[in-house]
Amino acid sequence: MTSELDIFVGNTTLIDEDVYRLWLDGYSVNDAVALRVRSGILEQTGATAGVLQSDTMDHYRTFHMLERLLHAPPKLLHQLIFQIPPSRQALLIERYYTFDEAFVREVLGKKLSKGTKKDLDDISTKTGITLKSCRRQFDNFKRVFKVVEEMRGSLVDNIQQHFLLSDRLARDYAAIVFFANNRFETGKKKLQYLSFGDFAFCAELMIQNWTLGAVGEAPTDPDSQMDDMDVDLDKEFLQDLKELKVLVADKDLLDLHKSLVCTALRGKLSVFSEMETNFKNLSRGLVNVAAKLTHNKDVRDLFVDLVEKFVEPCRSDHWPLSDVRLFLNQYSVSVHSLDGFRHQTLWDRYMGTLRGCLLRLYHD
Amino acid sequence: MPGKLKVKIVAGRHLPVMDRASDLTDAFVEVKFGNTTFKTDVYLKSLNPQWNSEWFKFEVDDEDLQDEPLQITVLDHDTYSANDAIGKVYIDIDPLLYSEAATVISGWFPIYDTIHGIRGEINVVVKVDLFNDLNRFRQSSCGVKFFCTTSIPKCYRAVVIHGFVEELVVNEDPEYQWIDRIRTPRASNEARQRLISLMSGELQRKIGLKVLEMRGNAVVGYLQCFDLEGESGLVVRAIGTACTLDKLSSPATFLPACNSPSKEMKESPFNEDPNPNPHSSGPSTPLKNQTYSFSPSKSYSRQSSSSDTDLSLTPKTGMGSGSAGKEGGPFKALLRQQTQSALEQRGGSPHRFCRRREFPFLTLTAFPPGLLVHVGGVVSARSVKLLDRIHNPAFVGIMGNTRSYKLLDWNSFNSDEPETRDAWWAEIRQEIKSHAKALGCHAVVGYSESTSICEEVCILSASGTAAVLSPRFLQEGTVDGSLEQRVEENLPVGCGFCHIPYDELNMPFPAHLTHCYNCRKQKVPDVLFTTIDLPTDAVVIGKGCLIQARLCRLKKKAQAEANATAISNLLPFMEYEVHTQLMNKLKLKGMNALFGLRIQITVGENMLMGLASATGVYLAALPMPGGIQIAGKTPSDGSYEQHISHMQKKINDTIAKNKELYEINPPEVSEEIIGSPIPEPRQRSRLLRSQSESSDEVTELDLSHGKKDAFVLEIDDTDAMEDVHSLLTDVPPPSGFYSCNTEIMPGINNWTSEIQMFTSVRVVRLSSLNLTNQALNKNFNGLCENLLKSLYFKLRSMTPCCLCHVNFTVSLPEDELIQVTVTAVAITFDKNQALQTTKAHAEKSLQRASTDNEELLQFPLELCSDSVPSHAFPAAKEHPESASSNSGTPAAQRATSVDYSSFADRCSSWIELIKLKAQTIRRGSIKTTVTVEKASPMGDGNFRNRSAPPCAGSTVGVVKMTPLSFIPGAKITKYLGIINMFFIRETTSLREEGGVSGFLHTFIAEVFAMVRAHVAALGGNAVVSYIMKQCVFMENPSKNQAQCLINVSGDAVVFVRESDLEVMSTQQPAVNCQPTCTGEVTT
Repeated sequence: MTSELDIFVGNTTLIDEDVYRLWLDGYSVNDAVALRVRSGILEQTGATAGVLQSDTMDHYRTFHMLERLLHAPPKLLHQLIFQIPPSRQALLIERYYTFDEAFVREVLGKKLSKGTKKDLDDISTKTGITLKSCRRQFDNFKRVFKVVEEMRGSLVDNIQQHFLLSDRLARDYAAIVFFANNRFETGKKKLQYLSFGDFAFCAELMIQNWTLGAVGEAPTDPDSQMDDMDVDLDKEFLQDLKELKVLVADKDLLDLHKSLVCTALRGKLSVFSEMETNFKNLSRGLVNVAAKLTHNKDVRDLFVDLVEKFVEPCRSDHWPLSDVRLFLNQYSVSVHSLDGFRHQTLWDRYMGTLRGCLLRLYHD
Repeated sequence: MPGKLKVKIVAGRHLPVMDRASDLTDAFVEVKFGNTTFKTDVYLKSLNPQWNSEWFKFEVDDEDLQDEPLQITVLDHDTYSANDAIGKVYIDIDPLLYSEAATVISGWFPIYDTIHGIRGEINVVVKVDLFNDLNRFRQSSCGVKFFCTTSIPKCYRAVVIHGFVEELVVNEDPEYQWIDRIRTPRASNEARQRLISLMSGELQRKIGLKVLEMRGNAVVGYLQCFDLEGESGLVVRAIGTACTLDKLSSPATFLPACNSPSKEMKESPFNEDPNPNPHSSGPSTPLKNQTYSFSPSKSYSRQSSSSDTDLSLTPKTGMGSGSAGKEGGPFKALLRQQTQSALEQRGGSPHRFCRRREFPFLTLTAFPPGLLVHVGGVVSARSVKLLDRIHNPAFVGIMGNTRSYKLLDWNSFNSDEPETRDAWWAEIRQEIKSHAKALGCHAVVGYSESTSICEEVCILSASGTAAVLSPRFLQEGTVDGSLEQRVEENLPVGCGFCHIPYDELNMPFPAHLTHCYNCRKQKVPDVLFTTIDLPTDAVVIGKGCLIQARLCRLKKKAQAEANATAISNLLPFMEYEVHTQLMNKLKLKGMNALFGLRIQITVGENMLMGLASATGVYLAALPMPGGIQIAGKTPSDGSYEQHISHMQKKINDTIAKNKELYEINPPEVSEEIIGSPIPEPRQRSRLLRSQSESSDEVTELDLSHGKKDAFVLEIDDTDAMEDVHSLLTDVPPPSGFYSCNTEIMPGINNWTSEIQMFTSVRVVRLSSLNLTNQALNKNFNGLCENLLKSLYFKLRSMTPCCLCHVNFTVSLPEDELIQVTVTAVAITFDKNQALQTTKAHAEKSLQRASTDNEELLQFPLELCSDSVPSHAFPAAKEHPESASSNSGTPAAQRATSVDYSSFADRCSSWIELIKLKAQTIRRGSIKTTVTVEKASPMGDGNFRNRSAPPCAGSTVGVVKMTPLSFIPGAKITKYLGIINMFFIRETTSLREEGGVSGFLHTFIAEVFAMVRAHVAALGGNAVVSYIMKQCVFMENPSKNQAQCLINVSGDAVVFVRESDLEVMSTQQPAVNCQPTCTGEVTT
């Protein structure tokens, strides 16, 4: 006796969260059944393996049918085929778009193209995440990217509106889209110690301050409409950053800056002497990063540069985080006292964001 | 011109891409009613077109309004080639034709295509302006209300119950017409869908006419069925109960009427025949009467149906037992005589009921208080027929779009033909009627009819419960007038219906009677089988449970008459076996009555299947059931004896366990008090087992397992051994679950509001061709048991809950395929309260009355005060075993905002076990709340203002579906009309759609969606008395094809939560009871 057909359809669609998770994680029906058996569910419920198999198949079939709708979450809300309570709908969507930390670190900043998709095999082997799950996550990134890439307005809002994600997850996706669009390098060995959260934090600051949308009003210039408000960095701003070069190129200015910082921090830093000796190097590093941002290539290497030019030197001198914070604050503020320097707003726009990023990046 | 139908096409959404080049669609809509068609403009290049059309107006007869469906077709405009159809929507406008129901149909309907399924949605508004119809000879029956519900609908009061109405319409099946060879599958399916829609419209209209003739205004318990007879045609038939209903305007006014229903009960056994037992020899079988008549062709039919020869095949079935106590007999006989004479004196007014109505049948399964006086037992009749091509020349070749497609029913067209479907059914009904008479009953309640067709053989079945009804509701005139001569005083509550209606001295069968254990006055049988729901006032001990008997019988493949003969010969054995199984299982459960009994016999190419489902209960009025005794045939071998005693012990243990499980602990009654002989427990008399090979034994079949207290099972061969084993293999439902096939579970009365209706389908292929009966039985048993187990597992998050109205349907679509379809509803209940109530009986029956049935729902305000479910549902805490892995569901469903972290905590406990990768426990989403109202104010900080994700603002309202006539914790405020839908789905890419399971899963989900959409468009928020009457599935995997036909029906209603009702009543007497369903989470 073999089962030809075996289905269960509820007026309210039954969603088993555990099975959903297994499905999202890309397990085959048989693997999922095995995992469920191992979880001890048979003992708890007194069910047989056959029942479990049938139940799992049923859920997988339901999820498979729902997947088409999950690709455009608003459709899930308005469709009539599956009656699902709103809280469950939200759960389905949220879980579907949730990604694995290990996976996102592999593709963050990469072009979301076919080429990258081909590498998913390797990522799967490396991270231990099933290929199926990798594909889903990659396709999610790509789908969100495609939808919001050309859109004007707040990136997070756009994502939330079109994918009905929670605020938190929408912000994560904003970071992913932002990174993918600007192709920031995140895969270098030096950067391996950074988590997705670190990058997402930086992305958020940069979106808030360094993009066109950050200026606050829509640009009147019709040409600039080609630029997306939140996704692309403000080209004009990057161009202007060259002006900061004077801070290190002008020796007087550099010395004055150093003395201002040193005076203010004397006795407050445990690593004062190291700071004093390294000041010029650090300052040069930070300003040069700014000056170089006109080139796309250098934009991509932003995080590599920050780590190389600032995080690593400080770390090798064992600066505690509190000292880094004090230093960066003083370093930014002191510029206001430099009479010869005329680009105070530019400096603040640059350094305000960079300071936040550096503090986040500064850890082991 | 009595009616004007107005239709407006508003918009579409989620349309499929019809133009690959642009990835868009140029959609327009055709609106067709009768012969008139209107079109909207083409809305270019959009998947969400906004037509916003004018009002399309159709001026039509109300006859057409009743028959025709409104047909809406969405097409893709194509400049160069023919326009492509996207899909259709059929809207039954019947609900707009009676004043109290819906006034407008407005909403989003799924656009359905028989090949592609649902393809987007369309927003339509439909209205009807009816003019007064002064034509006395009208053919329409607008205004007659139809209800699928098999009890008096909640917001109505029965003034008169007029009786049985039936009608039948026949046509050729478009699928089998010559034109089908040249048209596309889509065209063929649509022709079929449209035809059936037309036929059911016509059928309903005709039934309505009959009701008007009887001066009724409604049909209750309306059951419409299709017989797909293949080559020989398509039969649409319906039965129902004509009533005059009064809308309850203010519930409070009816309070006094329901206070003590028992006092108004009258025993008036008004039979047509003063002697209630006309056939004492032949077919007079007590609780189950069967007739197998086989009419191979027209010429024989008359003889076979009326002859005694086929009746002699009838096994004597009996629930009663031999030793009829004499006490009280004469008294009763006297009473009866008095009654008879009294009835005659007053001009036989009750006779009027019987005489005027050809068949005194009611399709109701629950009754207004006082209507049901006595229950005799189950009566059933079956007949095997050979299908003939329906000879109807008027239809040949006119199946196109022409208007000439008026349907004629078989009778009027071929009145000279004796062999008609009508005659077949008349025969069977006659049979049923005479069986009922033999039981001393003048009426049959809980009546239903069904067919099983395989090739050209058709088994017609009818069954019901013989009963004596009070004439109070059955005739027009005063309810409490002078008609009643004799009122049996102090008829005790809760046992009256158990008292035997037949004459004790002149019993139609050997029965074992005892004095009623409740009132000690009247006689009761030892076991009672019925097809009705448990009466609300019945006193029950403990809880009930689902009892099933399952049986397969192999049959040689044969043609035509030989086949029919073979089937006719097998049927008595099947009935016998099914009956024995039911009896055994009932005893094994320690119970003494079955309610909602439904025996289904399905015929296939090479086998017959029998499946009986019923709800077993322990009626306090009936005697305690005896145990089951096992007897070995040859008590020679010591080890054999040991084996027997081992089995005996197992059986005894099971009985004891079951009694505990179902909380059956009847009060001990000493013999003296009862004053009737309790038979010797050890008294053994051998039960004749039917041997399939020896047909001469048939005449000796004695199904009256009476004559003894302990039930003796004789183990004389391996077969019998198997049977005993199978008895013991039935696993009770896991803890927290109960199941029954009646409306409500006896012994549970504190339903909480969560319900989940579901349909589950399984098809299994039998492994080998040379199967034995035994292996087949085992397979079938396994199939059903596994199916139940799966259901329990799937619904485990709802525990404690009860599966109600569990409805199994078996079909044999092909040689080695068995298909089982189950529809039921899971309802949660409050465990704590349940435990309390079982303690006190009197209290219980009171509470029961308040929860379940119709008459009490007439005063809902009283109701909600004492039966509002306390929502202190012990969610996950009380059930640690379920908490870790599956508690998510109830918690999530109850909470409006879901805290993911709590999910994560609970779920990850086992997830972590199986997940070796720590990094996959992800950050981010886990800590957020779903509802935006909560999420956005906090943590936004320096971010720009964010619009709330539209998650919360879902536009799709929740529509509940249930096979029951009520919704727990809610009050039905309005009936919007009957939903009766028929769909066909076909695919030529079975593999691509996920195989047979994927195909059917999608289809059933689509059917649910379409039902919900129609209900929502009528302004309703639930379907009650929902039933899937047909689910015919055919596959051809080698061709990658499959086809499925589904027919569903139910009553669209508006319900209001009792909690909301309270709020409303305190604020103001709100007229507008807008259902608050958006926040609802279940079903």
